[in-house]
Amino acid sequence: MSEPILKLEGIAKSFPGVRALAGIDFDVRPGEVHALLGENGAGKSTLIKIMSGVYQPDAGTITLDGRPTTFASPQEAQKSGIATIYQELLLFPELTVAENIFMGHAPKGRFGAIDWRTTNERAREVLASLDIHDLDVRRPVGQLSVGNRQRVEIAKALSHNARILIMDEPTAALTEHDVTRLFGIVRLLRTRGVGVVYISHRLEEVFLLADRVTVLRDGEFVATKPVSATDHDDLIEMMVGRRIEHLFPKLAAKRGDVVLELENVVRSPMTKSASLKLRAGEILGVAGLVGSGRSELAEVIFGMTPAESGTIRIDGKPVTIRSASDAKHLGIAYVPEDRGRQGLVRPMPISENVSLASLSRVSRSSFIDRKAENALAEKSVKEFQIRASGIGQIVGKLSGGNQQKVGLSKWLATRPRILIMDEPTRGIDVGAKAEIHRMMSEFAQAGMAILMISSELPEVLGMSDRILVMRAGRIVADVDRAEATQAGLAAAMMSDSSPPLAEAAE
Amino acid sequence: MSGMAVREASAPLAPTAFSRLPRVALSQELVLLFALLALFVVVGFINPRFVDWSQIQSGDWGDLRNLKTIFLGNAYIAIAAIGMSMVIISGNIDISVGSLIGILATISGTLAVNGVPIILCWIIPVIIAIAFTSLMGAMVAYLRIPSIVVSLGFLSILKGGLISATGGAWINTLPDNFHLAQMRPLGVPMPIYFMLVLTVAAAFWMRLSATGRSFYALGGNAEAARLSGINRERTTVKVFAIHGFFVGVAGILFATQLQIIQSTVPPNLELTIITASVVGGVSILGGTGTVIGSTLAAILIAAIGSSLIFINISPYWLRAVQGVLILLTVLADLWRRARQARRR
Repeated sequence: MSEPILKLEGIAKSFPGVRALAGIDFDVRPGEVHALLGENGAGKSTLIKIMSGVYQPDAGTITLDGRPTTFASPQEAQKSGIATIYQELLLFPELTVAENIFMGHAPKGRFGAIDWRTTNERAREVLASLDIHDLDVRRPVGQLSVGNRQRVEIAKALSHNARILIMDEPTAALTEHDVTRLFGIVRLLRTRGVGVVYISHRLEEVFLLADRVTVLRDGEFVATKPVSATDHDDLIEMMVGRRIEHLFPKLAAKRGDVVLELENVVRSPMTKSASLKLRAGEILGVAGLVGSGRSELAEVIFGMTPAESGTIRIDGKPVTIRSASDAKHLGIAYVPEDRGRQGLVRPMPISENVSLASLSRVSRSSFIDRKAENALAEKSVKEFQIRASGIGQIVGKLSGGNQQKVGLSKWLATRPRILIMDEPTRGIDVGAKAEIHRMMSEFAQAGMAILMISSELPEVLGMSDRILVMRAGRIVADVDRAEATQAGLAAAMMSDSSPPLAEAAE
Repeated sequence: MSGMAVREASAPLAPTAFSRLPRVALSQELVLLFALLALFVVVGFINPRFVDWSQIQSGDWGDLRNLKTIFLGNAYIAIAAIGMSMVIISGNIDISVGSLIGILATISGTLAVNGVPIILCWIIPVIIAIAFTSLMGAMVAYLRIPSIVVSLGFLSILKGGLISATGGAWINTLPDNFHLAQMRPLGVPMPIYFMLVLTVAAAFWMRLSATGRSFYALGGNAEAARLSGINRERTTVKVFAIHGFFVGVAGILFATQLQIIQSTVPPNLELTIITASVVGGVSILGGTGTVIGSTLAAILIAAIGSSLIFINISPYWLRAVQGVLILLTVLADLWRRARQARRR
């Protein structure tokens, strides 16, 4: 067995308040495809960013060709022959294929001017070496399909003489035909001795393509195995097999009537015929991978991207929701995933953020009653235990958990009957997490209907009364908490040909 | 002016939306006020005529020529800056405002010399201004064209239109009762009333009305504002329409302050107005600032311009001083935002 090109040992990385990685071992050998697996937030992205020089590890060693090394920047990693293809491709749409491939290192002619003829020729050669003969190197990249753009990225990586190619979910946005071609290219690279790090959520691809597989979970190393020594169930167990901590104090609540009902609701491209029922006092968890259409479903219900067809009923009556304002008046509240972009007005103080969605409640004839507004904010700060110097503090200066609480109190101030929460505890510390869970539980007990989108399976399993699983824009499973298991949900989330959930759950 | 920058840079709770709260409102507006007072004291010391010292000593309050020039001659800029501040706070900008003021003055004067009742000569331009800016707002809101592009187009149209329509001719046979800006009820010149009343009213309105709040929210985070149920399109049209009212009033004061109406406005008038807003503490990125700050800044800029003459510095330096003021304020604002982002 050949020596690894790149070897990482004992890698650790923390961000303020979050431990992203600890004790990770990983290596890449020439001529192998090494798959990297893990749930959302397991640390895969952080690890590849360390390999490609974007982040520097807090601890651990990186060995390149047997010599210890460090990558101070992405440029250094690139010079050492490590190329990374991120999910969002980093190409210049206005420039041609050849220009993109040789961006920054185009062959120069006399007087230091770029020699276009040679550049185009060499671009053609690089593409031909990948068995790509149908691409005009003089076409602007913006005119190409996603699959072709990806091929340009790969060609660009090879033009740097990459010996290691890291691919982050390369098939996420590809059509089936493009996936087949990509696999061909990856296999070609393998025969040429390139080491490929392959990240994917699709387990099928791992078995089709990879030689070895490494699983991360919660920022920790679980195992590295030859693909031949593992199987589908084994991988899923490694990925999700953790205890549910006692973080989720969902209290029993009386489930009432159906408050919100969706019937064949469609909004292209990401919501394909969604049907669901949400009852008062219920927490309905929505599980699914990033990109499975969960957030898009929430945006449809909240009117940000109104439904194109299908029926939405509230209390059994069909309603039209064409804007966030409509949704608000129907008693729906939405706490978005992206607090910075969608949730809060960061330069505004707590008091003004809390009242923003319910200004009519603290106003008399379109003038704001500052006393009522401040009283509302004081009450929220107390109830939600928001840690701040006062209600006048600028929201942008609060911690993530406290910002989330401000966002939550803003929407609860509208006195909603239906609360949609997208990743309610992402990026906040454990203590704040438990508090948010406790509050959600109390809201449900008070009769509120809650739709909770979460990427954390333990959270979904711990908090939900019922769980929906989404995949590729569809609701593919609907299970009661009692019947749901992590493995069953994970299987439904990831498989292209998922077995019926009841079967997967033991 | 460096004192102001230092003060800004070191204030831990620098003026943002926060400055709308009484406790910290002091810092931003007070800095401008102190700068203004310091300017009067220092320049007045060098050249007493700057503050009309002899008239003050002799108790001749009606003859404060220079102070009058500073306040009266620039009240219309302060008033236009109120509307501009609202527009910038909402995350937009209007660079056509100078040309619009010129057009409004010409319209007002043309109506007056053609025997239209004076009251209508004052009101019609305001209505026209509101119509113009509302149209701009509608294009920004519904066609999703950035306001800087829309107003750049309007700037050219209005400027070209003004010169073509007037042929560069001045209007000088205006009826006597036309000159609103020269009236002095209770001995106080009209523009002072307008400036004070409109500034105070606008400040309260921005602070207390739901609509004013929606301007701050829109400029602070348009997406969050939309999700909170604020209608982004309607709010954008609203802020431009209200801005039009202030531009209209500014246009009338400009038209009626002299015996004649010139076919041109002071060069770069729109930049002076935007400068007043920005130096007054309105973040060019939207979301923060107050109209009290912009009015104080408008006076400060005018006073600086006037002081240059009294200390024998070429008034051409005024533009350079304005530029320095803008850069200092914007740098302080960016620095503040970076700090805020880091603290997150």
